[in-house]
Amino acid sequence: MVNLLEVKDLRTLFHTPEGTVYAVNGISFHIDEGETLAVVGESGCGKSVSMLSILQLITIPPGEIAGGSALYRGQDLITKTEKEMEEIRGQEIAMIFQDPMTSLNPVLTIGRQITESLRTHKQMDQHAAEKRAIELLDMVGISDPEHRLGDYPHQFSGGMRQRVMIAMALACGPSLLIADEPTTALDVTIQAQIVELVTRIRNQVHMAVIWITHDLGVVAGIADRVLVMYAGYIVETAKVADLYENPRHPYTGALLEALPRVDRRRDRRLKSIPGAPPSLLMEPLGCPFANRCEYVIERCKDSNPPLTPVDKDDHSIACWVDVRTGIPR
Amino acid sequence: MPEKSTKIAILTPDELETPPLSLTQLAWRRFKRHRPAMIGLVVLSLLVIYALGGSIFLSEKFANFNDTSQRLLTPTIDHPFGTDSIGRDVLARTIYGGQISLLIGLTAVVVETILGILVGALAGFYGGIVDNILMRITEAMLNIPEIFLLIVMAKYFGGKIPELDLFGRTFSGSVVVIVLIIGLTSWMYLARIVRAQFLSLKENEFVLAARATGTPNIDIIFRHILPNSVAPIVVSATLGVANAILAEAYISFLGLGVQPPTATWGNMLDGANNYLESAPWLWFFPGLLILLTVLSINFLGDGLRDALDPRSRTV
Amino acid sequence: MTSYIIRRFLQGIPLLLIISVILFALMMSTGDPVATMGGRRVTRASDYERLKRQLGLDKPIYTQYLYWLVGNTWTKVDVDGDGITDTPGTRLGILRGDFGNSLVNRKPVMQVIGERIPNTLILMLSGELIVILGALIVGVYSALRQYSLLDHTVTALSFIGYSMPIFFIALLLMFVFAVLFKRWGLPYLPTVGMFDPQVGKSVGQVLYHMVLPVVSMSVVSLASYSRYIRSTMLDVLNQDYIRTARSKGLSNRTVIFVHALKNASLPIATIVGLDLPFLLGGAVVTERIFAWPGMGRLFLDHVSRADTPVVMGILMLVAVAVVVFQIITDVIYAWLDPRIRYD
Repeated sequence: MVNLLEVKDLRTLFHTPEGTVYAVNGISFHIDEGETLAVVGESGCGKSVSMLSILQLITIPPGEIAGGSALYRGQDLITKTEKEMEEIRGQEIAMIFQDPMTSLNPVLTIGRQITESLRTHKQMDQHAAEKRAIELLDMVGISDPEHRLGDYPHQFSGGMRQRVMIAMALACGPSLLIADEPTTALDVTIQAQIVELVTRIRNQVHMAVIWITHDLGVVAGIADRVLVMYAGYIVETAKVADLYENPRHPYTGALLEALPRVDRRRDRRLKSIPGAPPSLLMEPLGCPFANRCEYVIERCKDSNPPLTPVDKDDHSIACWVDVRTGIPR
Repeated sequence: MPEKSTKIAILTPDELETPPLSLTQLAWRRFKRHRPAMIGLVVLSLLVIYALGGSIFLSEKFANFNDTSQRLLTPTIDHPFGTDSIGRDVLARTIYGGQISLLIGLTAVVVETILGILVGALAGFYGGIVDNILMRITEAMLNIPEIFLLIVMAKYFGGKIPELDLFGRTFSGSVVVIVLIIGLTSWMYLARIVRAQFLSLKENEFVLAARATGTPNIDIIFRHILPNSVAPIVVSATLGVANAILAEAYISFLGLGVQPPTATWGNMLDGANNYLESAPWLWFFPGLLILLTVLSINFLGDGLRDALDPRSRTV
Repeated sequence: MTSYIIRRFLQGIPLLLIISVILFALMMSTGDPVATMGGRRVTRASDYERLKRQLGLDKPIYTQYLYWLVGNTWTKVDVDGDGITDTPGTRLGILRGDFGNSLVNRKPVMQVIGERIPNTLILMLSGELIVILGALIVGVYSALRQYSLLDHTVTALSFIGYSMPIFFIALLLMFVFAVLFKRWGLPYLPTVGMFDPQVGKSVGQVLYHMVLPVVSMSVVSLASYSRYIRSTMLDVLNQDYIRTARSKGLSNRTVIFVHALKNASLPIATIVGLDLPFLLGGAVVTERIFAWPGMGRLFLDHVSRADTPVVMGILMLVAVAVVVFQIITDVIYAWLDPRIRYD
């Protein structure tokens, strides 16, 4: 069975006046039809850049997709021409972004912003496109959709704008939705609503979802599998329950420990990870997490561990040490 | 606690930082990177040398020496820029004219900078009704095109000031008049910039601290806030020189500026369209010099703007 | 939106009043007040006194300002200069369009100016059109081809363009297109006046004569505003919503000319408003060089002959035009930007 999307050894760089930024350093993962994959990591770890690279949405220059492949239904997206990508974007793979305020065009009506994908990809006429747009707005929970077609983004609240974005993304029925931190800019109650909305829709239409976030709390509610990224590398992948019960990479463990919990003793300090993420201007030598890791050994400083499976299925980590025992693997 | 090993070839953002430099050094570094600005600086220096240094080789008498038998000669070795309608050497006149044009440019900027800072600082600092009145006046002045005001003021105040003797040269009173009226019609842009600076800096804590220690307002304005606004003032003043040189050129071209026999690049172009075809060297060289001067100042100003405010975008 | 329009207009009124005060002060401080008010130079002291009273110059300055502003038909003035105000005044004041009579030809100022306004308007409107279209085209193109040779050339030319005095541009253009073209036997452009008197004032003639003046006037503004549009366009192209548009698989053409351009061109309205004073000033110089019979040339002619009523009339008119025009462009901007229109 061919995966819906299979990414192999993707590398992306940015050439800046200060030097070359190694944003994505050879990541490999896959996602199947109808599956929900969460991509977790702190700011700057390369989660957004990797997804933008797959859709060829990186500005080149200063960006450069330096290697690897992204096979969508067997076809490599990295080598496709711009025209070919225009067919894929919106229609096969759709994307929604973090800040709904700036991600919608302020001078075009939302009706226009929805119908234009329909008219471009499905060759619908204006009337049919508007009908479909109204259906979509209804599906995402916008009340009185007929009259809101002619409204502009600034006339909606933050949560509603994100719903509009979702309607826009779903318009042409894509098989894969990439959601780049869609709830980070929203307040907590709205967050829950959006997560619930996406979950409902993906169940309805059997759509695969890649959900990028730095919030481990959200992941638990929506994902089947999780990727943990750090400094442009994938450091752990696992099924979601497995990740929470059995984190096997020191970074994942530290992330989970750092989550504030209601049931923790009140006089205990919040645990944070000492140190700072490495500067991406240097091609890392050795494991990028080594200088902050509790379990670091000599080997970690000299060579970068590859992503290898652990004894359980579908669970891989990039580490030289077994965190359960402290013994090198 | 993990030991921090120095062998790791991973640098934290801290370690990547360059050694600390003073603000001026940083600004100079950024300035040097801006190629057009460096070119502008070089060209401008050459022009200044031309205008000032040229007077070592050619006397003012020579510039004003007219021999109508030599009128309207095309450029030759004797007269590299040709001669004008009454036989004066154009090259010499561009040298002395350049001195006047540059001088007017600089002094007018001094006038407009002082006015602009005063108005802007008072409006921004005191706010309220002072701000309201001053800004209404500023807006009113901005709405009347500069050239119109210049023309009227030049015509009506033109003859009022007598000749001056400075630096061994005789300046007709019209030079002072021109400087004043250009200054009086150009301060508004700087006033708005200074006011904006004051409005934002006024809320900063160092102002609060100064007030708490009983510093009088005047000191707060001139010794605390103003030095922090230097960057936009410098940029504005630099570009203001270009504007003043152009303003002088316009008004002299219209015959209302500096009066002959004192030459300026602008008044050398007065009546030039009579000689459009027959003697193009009459208008070409002064015009070219104006263009080169203003252009290099504009490059310079652009570079300064980038160097002093790294957050502003390069266009 | 309507409240915005009303507010803007209301804001314009005190502005115009202040401008009128400034201009009145200017007028009062220039030259012989007797000449200012429309008399001729007199030598006898008693005549001077009489003339002063006749012209109302013995009144306090704010009264003079008031009469200048709204006229004196509602009060009595001293017509024969004997010190007794016995006759009703005849001046209507500038608010009713009465700027007095020209000292040069005794015609009402409004009439003198009115004859010349259309000629200047032709130049200005054409110039503005060229500036807007040109700045959009050049600005957008250089933004799309950022850092290319084309972009660098355009930037360099723009810098040169707005560093040149208009009259130098005009002289160069005249030299190339009138003098050199003629020498080389090519069809050449005229440099004097609005039409050839032998051919008569036809549309073709005017258009033909318009080319050089309009181009000279537009170059400077075109140069600076194309850079501005380039900068705005670059800003817009970096916005998140452009990335969203791309992610929907829209064609590059649609992304740039619909999504980006609609946003980048909004500031044009403001630019046009801000540029008017400069364009008007440019008209003065351009009309002088090309002997174009417009308001700018009128201004110069009458300034040189110290015809204060006409000079003041033009100044006031120009200022009013600028204020009103800026209000109009602000309103147009507010109307074009949905964020302001639907508030």
